Amino acid sequence: MARRQPMQRRVITTAFAWGIGFAIFFPILWTILTSFKTELEAFSTPPKFLFFDWTTENYGIVNERSDYFRFAMNSVILALGSTVIALLFAIPAAWAMAFAPAKRTKDLLLWMLSTKMMPPVGALIPIYIIFRNTNLLDSRAGLVGVLFLLNLPIVVWMLYTYFKEIPGEILEAARMDGASLWKELVFVLAPMAIPGIASTLLLNVILAWNEAFWTLNLTTSDAAPLTVFIASYSSPEGLFWAKLSAASTMAIAPILILGWFAQRQLVRGLTFGAVK
Amino acid sequence: MGTIALKNVQKKFGDVDVIPGVDLAINNGEFVVFVGPSGCGKSTLLRLIAGLEDTTGGEIVIDGVDVANVPPARRGLSMVFQSYALYPHMSVRNNIAFGLKMAGQPKEIIDQKVAKAAATLNLTDYLERKPRALSGGQRQRVAIGRAIVREPKAFLFDEPLSNLDAALRVQMRIEIMQLHSALGATMIYVTHDQVEAMTMADRIVVLNKGRIEQVGTPLELYNRPDTLFVAGFIGSPRMNFLQGDVARVLGAQTVGVRPEHLALSTTSGQWPGKILLAEHLGSDTFLHVDGGALGRITARAPGEFPQGPGSPVWMTPDSSRLHRFDSEGRALRG
Repeated sequence: MARRQPMQRRVITTAFAWGIGFAIFFPILWTILTSFKTELEAFSTPPKFLFFDWTTENYGIVNERSDYFRFAMNSVILALGSTVIALLFAIPAAWAMAFAPAKRTKDLLLWMLSTKMMPPVGALIPIYIIFRNTNLLDSRAGLVGVLFLLNLPIVVWMLYTYFKEIPGEILEAARMDGASLWKELVFVLAPMAIPGIASTLLLNVILAWNEAFWTLNLTTSDAAPLTVFIASYSSPEGLFWAKLSAASTMAIAPILILGWFAQRQLVRGLTFGAVK
Repeated sequence: MGTIALKNVQKKFGDVDVIPGVDLAINNGEFVVFVGPSGCGKSTLLRLIAGLEDTTGGEIVIDGVDVANVPPARRGLSMVFQSYALYPHMSVRNNIAFGLKMAGQPKEIIDQKVAKAAATLNLTDYLERKPRALSGGQRQRVAIGRAIVREPKAFLFDEPLSNLDAALRVQMRIEIMQLHSALGATMIYVTHDQVEAMTMADRIVVLNKGRIEQVGTPLELYNRPDTLFVAGFIGSPRMNFLQGDVARVLGAQTVGVRPEHLALSTTSGQWPGKILLAEHLGSDTFLHVDGGALGRITARAPGEFPQGPGSPVWMTPDSSRLHRFDSEGRALRG
């Protein structure tokens, strides 16, 4: 930083940044706060911020009513499963596009991304019917497949930008050294790309964990992840804000903690290649 | 053994004819330098020999076998890259051993060979370091170590010294030459630096626009360039090219004379001129002279030259060392 900013301006920009950060975080904070309120206080006007009767009874009731760990286990299986499979396909694909590009590689990348622009609801009915006819409704395997395909374009894109940063000569050196394509991928490319692969994995786990449209529409109980667990508390018989908040808090807690510990990786992952 | 023969080797990138067809025979144990300006196809030619690019046509024969369709690993060649291309996540030891591991050699033999290569290259103390903890020269030595442990039929160098500073470049140049005489292996060396080519090569291959202009020993190219291009490319400072009456008298379109083949005098001589600029190197002085109708001429005076810019000077070419070229740029001999 060559030029020092005047003090006043620094204070304003810092306050502004904190303000925006707080605004973004506020819904999560409010959810967590609400989960400790009684149902009555949860929708009192004016809303109570911190001074209310703190209670954990919502968590007790939620735990009693539904089997949190079954939902959580499904979330873990779906998120990890779909991500690992996506990586298995995306690493070779990104390798090919980064190190052996053809005339249409750029078009291919754009086309892949364009599939993300279609509203998912457009594909709901055909996929629902396919799932029904193949007995995949409410199955983990079917949902892993959908989530894998859903996020594959993003995984390929992220890995592609990482691989682009790796000098091709190093891979060529491995080829001269007698490495087969497989060994080149495993012993040379993968170790160099570990930071990139790790942040791709993290981001994709988060995306798959939070994915609600397909998980809500294609599961009922056996394969239902935490999104269904949350949704089960927004019932038509009346809104139970506090219990819904408790369920939401429990659903996002694992991923929030994971994200907190991995934030450095994630920030690096999302801004990688932006500068240079 | 390591004889390499190129037979009508061609390479196209799309519609662009990068190498229209090259024939060349390299003997076992020879140090051959490919030299030419950037974009002349010298690196592409090396990569074709290595197998990192596929040929569009022709044969690449190594020890009697056409390897044009054989993957790089099975051609028995080692390559040293301009960027060194070390594996950044591996120690120096593992960098050097990687090729042997890929070949499935037993551990004792690998350790033995790595130790020997490290000793040859003064890397023994650095074997456990990662490449990022090494200097440029050390990195280059690791890259060379990686090449020599595999005992290849031939070594390929792709501008290996261009990332080093000038002093280190001279030192590494000597080390590579010593390595060549110690191993007696065939080496192909690509550079754009004609000084490297002149000092290192047994034979130089001058490339221009994907074609071989001339092949010969450094002194053959210096003394008897076949074309204007070679004449201008080999030698430093560059050969002076004169056209017009001077050339016509000698029955040529262009006459070339090297700066070091002009005798200089402050009093009399064949071509008068005026000094524009003097570059003092201590051992020599390069004078840039306005030769009037002859155009601008560079001349070399041994040691120091007494006159500076603005002074008159007379130049007398060594008539036995004039190079004559026809209108196509080909040398006229006899």
